[in-house]
Amino acid sequence: MWDLCTRSLETARLRGATYADVRVMHQRQRDLTTKNGKVGTLAQSESIGLGIRVLANGAWGFASTDRLTRAGVEGCAAQAVAIAKASATAKRHDVAMVDEQPYIDSWQSPFRKDPFEIPLETQLALLLAADAEMRRVKGVTLTETDMQFRKTDSWFASSIGSRIHQRKVTSGCGIVATCFKGEEIQKRSYPNSFGGQHALQGYELIESLELVKNAAVIAEECVALHGAAQCPEKKGTLILGGSQLGLQIHESVGHPIELDRVLGEEANFAGTSFLTLDQVNNLKYASDIVNVVADARVEHGQGLGTFAYDDEGVPAQCTSIIQEGQFRGYLSNRETARLIGLDRSSGTMRTEGWNRLPIIRMTNVSLLPGNWDYDALIESTEDGILMETNRSWSIDDRRYQFQFSTEIGWEIKGGKKVRMLKNPSYSGITTEFWNSCDAICNAEYWTLWGTPNCGKGQPMQTMGTGHGASPSRFRNIHIGAAFSDR
Amino acid sequence: MKSSNKLRVPAVGKIPPVRVELLREQELRRIVDTVLRLAKTIGVEETEVHVDEVADALTRFANNAIHQNVAEQGLTVSIRTMADGRTARATTNRVDEDSLRSAIEVSLSMAASQPKNPGLLAMPGRQKYRRMNRFIKQTAAITPGDRAQAVRRACDLAIKHGQVAAGIFSTGQSQTAIGNSRGLFASYRETHAELSITMQEKPAASWAKANSADVRKFEPQKLAERASEKAHLAVEPRELPPGRYTVILEPAAVLDLVGFLFYDFAATALQDKRSCLNERMGTQLFGKNISIYDDAYHPLQLGAPFDGEGMPRQKVHLVDRGVPKNLVYSRSSANLAGKKPTGHGFTLPNEYGEAPMNLVFSGGDSSLEKMIASTDRGLLVTRLWYIREVDPYEKIMTGMTRDGLFLVENGRVVSTARNFRFNQSLLEMLRNVEALGPAGRATGEEAFEMVVPAMKVSDFHFSEVTKF
Repeated sequence: MWDLCTRSLETARLRGATYADVRVMHQRQRDLTTKNGKVGTLAQSESIGLGIRVLANGAWGFASTDRLTRAGVEGCAAQAVAIAKASATAKRHDVAMVDEQPYIDSWQSPFRKDPFEIPLETQLALLLAADAEMRRVKGVTLTETDMQFRKTDSWFASSIGSRIHQRKVTSGCGIVATCFKGEEIQKRSYPNSFGGQHALQGYELIESLELVKNAAVIAEECVALHGAAQCPEKKGTLILGGSQLGLQIHESVGHPIELDRVLGEEANFAGTSFLTLDQVNNLKYASDIVNVVADARVEHGQGLGTFAYDDEGVPAQCTSIIQEGQFRGYLSNRETARLIGLDRSSGTMRTEGWNRLPIIRMTNVSLLPGNWDYDALIESTEDGILMETNRSWSIDDRRYQFQFSTEIGWEIKGGKKVRMLKNPSYSGITTEFWNSCDAICNAEYWTLWGTPNCGKGQPMQTMGTGHGASPSRFRNIHIGAAFSDR
Repeated sequence: MKSSNKLRVPAVGKIPPVRVELLREQELRRIVDTVLRLAKTIGVEETEVHVDEVADALTRFANNAIHQNVAEQGLTVSIRTMADGRTARATTNRVDEDSLRSAIEVSLSMAASQPKNPGLLAMPGRQKYRRMNRFIKQTAAITPGDRAQAVRRACDLAIKHGQVAAGIFSTGQSQTAIGNSRGLFASYRETHAELSITMQEKPAASWAKANSADVRKFEPQKLAERASEKAHLAVEPRELPPGRYTVILEPAAVLDLVGFLFYDFAATALQDKRSCLNERMGTQLFGKNISIYDDAYHPLQLGAPFDGEGMPRQKVHLVDRGVPKNLVYSRSSANLAGKKPTGHGFTLPNEYGEAPMNLVFSGGDSSLEKMIASTDRGLLVTRLWYIREVDPYEKIMTGMTRDGLFLVENGRVVSTARNFRFNQSLLEMLRNVEALGPAGRATGEEAFEMVVPAMKVSDFHFSEVTKF
């Protein structure tokens, strides 16, 4: 693989590139699903190819190919340089980047059980057992389960001398019960919706999640939701479960801190950000108890945003985003760091695969644990609504106004969960919401949730991100707007 | 950050053209035949092969300059084997015989790992297909220099008007072939071109986008001019109270909303009881002015004339004057329902079945201008953003307006408005359509391209307002 890298870098240099980096990637994926007790998807894929990014005439070009021959990679590198030279005809300044050291390293993500070595029969048997448990509950009309595994080897080389090999293994799974009755469809998912929980782990993640044990619980809740009271519309106290708070962090902190958005580079598609450059160290983003970091290091946890080096050859780092409520910093790359006068990239350039250009992505953007015990948090809530497991999510293109709905809600009265609520939702303005946070549960309740489906970029890239969160409480929140007119 | 408003422009003619050619059809067939031969040697009962190839390029610009500029080329071979009522799929992008044989063996091994499925159908035999020419050589011939030139002109326009341009100009070609051990073979190739442009005039923005197989069908500079003019109109927005408004939805806004409706027309979705059409087929669900087809052969559509199993796509009349009349069927869901497959199945194995992907609305004789002129008070919506489903049976969708929301009073646009969040049932919306324009090929960001009209809709529900 290094030969392919070297050959493409040398071709780029000879064609006039002043900088180049190249990734050869070998990606393997396994997808399993069941539906109503039968196997749905059963598929495995592998893909290998090379992508090269070059600077020529002060502008960027990128090309990729799956033709891993001498002619193929040389042609690809030459194409990247030609594209860069075309870019230069519509540039406004020469691209410049902050310095970075060259690294020669090899790293493998930690895992105990390689999911590709676990027999498919074992994996399917687990899914079918969970599926059967859900179907045992009367009233459930649709049961679905899924597992997904990925193993990616990447060989990164750059013209400054880096040679970095990384192997990453991710696993994920989830189960869903759906109930159609009367004029309503209700759904419950475990351990999270939209594919379940995903992490930079091996098959040990799947075994730890106890799908079968939890299957009947969510199936019964799904049926019970039809008889539950409608979540009212009001201003009030909101408690968010960890997985829902993880998505709240993703949308209202993770995306607005992407420096490419802030600088207008995503204005046509993903949008911009309210976090203009004058807000750093000036904006009171959240209440004093809120601390958020972007941490790609393995010591933060094995999340979908964990790695040793980003796809620009910058080592994984921990960046303070919100410190005691104050906005502190952005997700950057070598180019945007230079544009705003930083000394170093925060190491967040990531690519979906060999045929995509690395772009700024979230790593693990996490809310650090607070001091509260979960039971104490509930007991100290006189009147509120607990919402768990995302059902829908939406936020404007500058990341101010959001609305989320969840699968299930619980009314809290006098410090106790008193009844189930259906169709819960809440909405607000990002900074007002985070400034209303008055309780965050402690590390015992903290989970590094995986969001495997973050879309960004053109051509679209899907990326996995991590979000550590524990259940937290927010005051004076607009609850129930999604169904307010019905 | 921006050094100068003056562009440094080397002559485009000095940039060597970058050309990529797809494999010829006989080369695709040779890959399919190789897989079928290898599978036969291994003793596979039935085998299906998909070969997909892309050669795409995309030039991305922001802050009045190109900042990303990419090209990709790739080919995948996807193999489904069947044996004793079991099936599975393995995909590779390596086409040497060892890799193909390995993929066949992975597929076979996966298939053998599962319980037998008594409902699994044998693969289909040979089919007849309509020939379509959607491969436009002028699109395939577009170079990075051509795209850069168009982008540069759009950026020059933005600079001239004190605005900031961002967007994409992409062109590409793709092809797909499918064959199986029962003699079925089909192939299809097309080109595609797309230009999307946002013009920002702080704090406002507006947007225009076009998409076609034929790059000559849209004029980048006209799109840039349209976005520029609307961005200028969008400065100084007024904050309006949330509530129910008459809205005039431009085609892209219609497309992105109604795109969430059509997976419900899959027969499998009804069989699974996850469709909003359960217990509603044959009822007057929408207004009588709503008729919708799925038609892969419509001149403004793109896409292959066959589905994931190689079945020919049929034209299906989904909604007739507001009444949902027909569903689309894969072979499996058709077999369960006692119907004929309509050629809308996804590649197997999958759990979703099928979906209509070539939607065509019957339009009307109105126009945006007539809709505005006939409106006492309402909102003109350029585009919607981040649409998600809040209620799957009432089809309540939430999302935001974006890049140009204009207040209409007494038959004319009087100002721009801050963006709203909506929570709106699609079923209700399609009952409240007061006027439709002619249907045209529209493109947005949330749904695939369709042939849809602009619509004037009463009582559209905006629930909250944002800060810009």
